Amino acid sequence: MSSTRMTPERETSSPLPVPTPVSPPAAFADMAPAVASTTLSPIRDYLSKRGSGRLADDSFAAVMLICACSIFAIVLFIFGILIMHSRLSLAQFGWKFFTTQAWDPVSGDFGALPFIYGTLATSLLALCMAVPLALGVAIFLTELCPRPLRAPISFLTELLAAIPSVVYGLWAVFVLVPLMRDVIGPFLSKTLGWTGFFDGPNFGVGLLTASMILAIMILPIISSLTRDIMTAVPNSQREAVLALGATRWEMIRVGVLRNSRIGIVGAVMLGLGRALGETMAVTMVIGNHPDISKSLFAPGYTLASVIANEFSEATGDLYLSALIEIGLALFLVTIVVNAIARLMVWAVTRNAPARVI
Amino acid sequence: MDFESKSMRRNRATRSATNYFVSGLCILATILVILPLLAILFYLIYKGASSLNLAFFTHVPAPVGETGGGMANSIVGSGIILFLASLMGIPIGIAAGVYLAEFGRGKTLANAVRFTADVLNGVPSIVMGISIYSLIVVQQKHFSALAGGVALAVMMVPTITRTTEEMLATVPHAIREAALGLGVPKWRTAISVSLRTASPGIITGCMLAFARVAGETAPLLFTAFGNQFWSFNLSQPIAALPLQIYVYAISPYDEWHRLAWAGSLVLIVLIMVSVTLVRIFANRGALKGGS
Repeated sequence: MSSTRMTPERETSSPLPVPTPVSPPAAFADMAPAVASTTLSPIRDYLSKRGSGRLADDSFAAVMLICACSIFAIVLFIFGILIMHSRLSLAQFGWKFFTTQAWDPVSGDFGALPFIYGTLATSLLALCMAVPLALGVAIFLTELCPRPLRAPISFLTELLAAIPSVVYGLWAVFVLVPLMRDVIGPFLSKTLGWTGFFDGPNFGVGLLTASMILAIMILPIISSLTRDIMTAVPNSQREAVLALGATRWEMIRVGVLRNSRIGIVGAVMLGLGRALGETMAVTMVIGNHPDISKSLFAPGYTLASVIANEFSEATGDLYLSALIEIGLALFLVTIVVNAIARLMVWAVTRNAPARVI
Repeated sequence: MDFESKSMRRNRATRSATNYFVSGLCILATILVILPLLAILFYLIYKGASSLNLAFFTHVPAPVGETGGGMANSIVGSGIILFLASLMGIPIGIAAGVYLAEFGRGKTLANAVRFTADVLNGVPSIVMGISIYSLIVVQQKHFSALAGGVALAVMMVPTITRTTEEMLATVPHAIREAALGLGVPKWRTAISVSLRTASPGIITGCMLAFARVAGETAPLLFTAFGNQFWSFNLSQPIAALPLQIYVYAISPYDEWHRLAWAGSLVLIVLIMVSVTLVRIFANRGALKGGS
């Protein structure tokens, strides 16, 4: 192998401007600067042409490029096919689709407002429950936790992310729903009944139960991202604040949280994106009834769960295309939320020298 | 401390109290987060293990009203769908990651691909399901295992792409330069040097993507659809473990609820075992080939 590689080097050394015939070692000494100084060195020229290496390189790069571009293709394709299959409903209802409440497959009248309400209500409620807890966990793990406890606790919180959605749903149906019906629900209507959010019969299934299971599901995403962002804050920031005589909490508030707030907002929005599109667990506990009611005990319906529930039994083209239009709306909303969130997280974790407050 | 006035001292006391109060809140939050996890694991083991028996792994679902029956066809069906998904998703994902790390460094196109992959990662799985339904099931005119595999493959690609890229980025440039300096072509360098060096990390990434889609139900609802009987035909509806769990969980029968718990336990154990096995396997292979 090495001998075949040596031969061409000797050959190509002859056209070089070598003043006197030299012995092989001296020729090598002369070669080295030639390789380094000019890109058109004969050796490199030979090597890049050898065995049609250029062609192989180019075609390999092209295949990799095609695979990379397939990611664009997937997104465009999803968008295209959703528009194509929802054109019936797009043409019939227009923007009215998102502002009317009717959902009547029999008479062919469809409006997505109850689902939008259900999705927004459950997602925002879930965020209200999950964000403080996730922040607490992230602060505990990055700033307060004794070192030996750090690995097991972070492992446990990451484990929450590995549980499939349908298993959360199963647990919610058989554990959370009875708990909600017999313990949490009555307690809430007794203490906070005057707000009007906890009126009406409490069956255990409904917006509040769905929000709770959603909160449990999006917690690990928000907390692990927030943890990454907080770890990215340089220690000099912490030390500077502590040196001014701050307590530990003041150090966290001023030195860490203020420096990473954009990233934390991004992490929360990523959690929101997950919550908006979460299907199975929500479908199993939300009650699946297209109503808009103030009470959180009332059953509801979300964009994702109406698709999961009614898609396979949708009769008639208009019904099907209305459901696909709901999918299109969900797709666009989650794309926008995720895009904004990613930009925010990137802005912080990429090349962020911590800002001076 | 004579330089400290009375108000300063009181101020210091409240600051210290706030510090302890907030620290306490953080600890409370952590406990509150771990509690549901422990509850879920406890119920899974408690309810699932008591319903597991040999029939679960060898029988197909029993008709309504009959006791017994199992989920053998769902376990095999899930395996088939996941195999199909890995066959399609892993090569494309790794290739896209190789492009990002080896060829696209600093290019606008690469940044756009990276960003699109991240965004695609957040697209709800149910949307993936109806898109693949509209593409494949509508054309074929029936639900099929193949459609389920494609739906899951599409969900695997962005995760694998991003982890592959991150793992390749940790390979030191000196190693690549050494290979290129020996006259190894660029494609050979990418495959036998960069990918080889980063392979344990990439395999872990693939397993994470696998574990994520293994529990997915929503994209299979309208693609693989589910089946109460054995099926090995890729163009026919096929059973899948998560689908069967869903159907049983929302059913009104106690017997089926019992099976749903057992199925969930099996699903989680299967996911974790396959992830651990591949990780051990990969580490051993990397140790042999690496040094």
